[in-house]
Amino acid sequence: MALDSKSKQAFTDPLIQNNPITSQILGICSALAVTVKMDTAVVMTLAVVFVLAFSNTIIAAMRKWIPGRVRIIVQLTVIASLVILADQVLRAYMYDISKQLSVFVGLIITNCIVMGRAEAFAMQNPPGRAFMDGLGNGLGYGIILIAVAFFREIFGSGTFFGIPIIPQAFYDAGYANAGLFVLSPGAFIILGLIIWGLRTATKYEEA
Amino acid sequence: MRSNRYVLLFMSSITIVLGILLSLAATALKDRQDRNVQIDMKKNILRSLNIPEDRSQKLMTDDIESLFKSYIKTIQVDENGNSVKSDGNAVFIKMIDGVEAGYSIPISGKGLWSTIYGYLAIEPDGETVKGVTFYKHGETPGLGGEIDKDWFTANFVGKKIVTPEGLPCSIGIFKGKVAKDNPKEYCLVDGISGATMTGKGVNIFIEKDLKTYGEYFSQIRQNQ
Repeated sequence: MALDSKSKQAFTDPLIQNNPITSQILGICSALAVTVKMDTAVVMTLAVVFVLAFSNTIIAAMRKWIPGRVRIIVQLTVIASLVILADQVLRAYMYDISKQLSVFVGLIITNCIVMGRAEAFAMQNPPGRAFMDGLGNGLGYGIILIAVAFFREIFGSGTFFGIPIIPQAFYDAGYANAGLFVLSPGAFIILGLIIWGLRTATKYEEA
Repeated sequence: MRSNRYVLLFMSSITIVLGILLSLAATALKDRQDRNVQIDMKKNILRSLNIPEDRSQKLMTDDIESLFKSYIKTIQVDENGNSVKSDGNAVFIKMIDGVEAGYSIPISGKGLWSTIYGYLAIEPDGETVKGVTFYKHGETPGLGGEIDKDWFTANFVGKKIVTPEGLPCSIGIFKGKVAKDNPKEYCLVDGISGATMTGKGVNIFIEKDLKTYGEYFSQIRQNQ
């Protein structure tokens, strides 16, 4: 299947240039909460990509039949169903991680990125393109999540996916894990730096 | 604009279709989820009884099953502390070479937002806390949610469920850090800042559950 240029753009644009976290500052709550460790960040990314891609596709497929007056309710119904499905699957197959993610999987329902894309993109575009848009935005969100988790886990816990990577010799020489990065302020600082960096690189300006 | 009839029909059908899909998924995954919950329960019973002693060790499903099989004896007791065949309250006993090395009882009750579940283990002397775990709750992550973290549960170890005079008492979560010279230091644990309400809930249900097993533990103390 050859992608038309609009679909391609729908996918690539939100990765860096118009990243939902760094340019629109959406989805911050979960980006701060689930980024202490790489594994939670990766699983959360997968869950959000799944929900976004399919909610976009389903809503785009129905867009001509959705009554305008209740469109938000319809969008939420679809999104909520997908989130519950993702949560159920995690509980069945990745129980420990789903316990660590606790309420944050359920809170994908209220993630502004998901509803924002449904309302702003899926309601006006065909399903294929909406799917690519959902995929792009989900991954754009995930890139930032994983980047934050990367720094937080390495500096905060000295591990990467739970595997110790800082040599014991460093600790013997007086190096200590920075507890700040395990706590929320660490996430704020890293996220702030990433937003600054990406906005400078993409020459983004607040309207 | 669409008619009301259309809107109603559309909403009903979408709700029904999604509802059916979700219930199918929930039914199909239920067995696996229940099994995970069972394993998690066993893991927490083991953890409260300090098995394995290295807390950082990661346990796989099979390890948990085999450790549980080889160490844990499950009995039921009534409110007079006597062992009964059925309808009693469960006690999980850690057995080492046929000797009882600890007793774990289920504890549960309301926290701030949710029902909290856990296990409280008592040493063979019937008065010292061996360990505690909280494994199922919906408290705020970072605040009340900290109750399932090792730094908090480690506070319970060594606390007493009887006063120096020999009267039964309960473990209480203190608001703040417990001073060393606090007269009730033996039964107070450091609280979590920002989670006073969760702590209050935990106090209430630990007291209630210790009462349920009061006679059982007092018999253990007498048999010392």
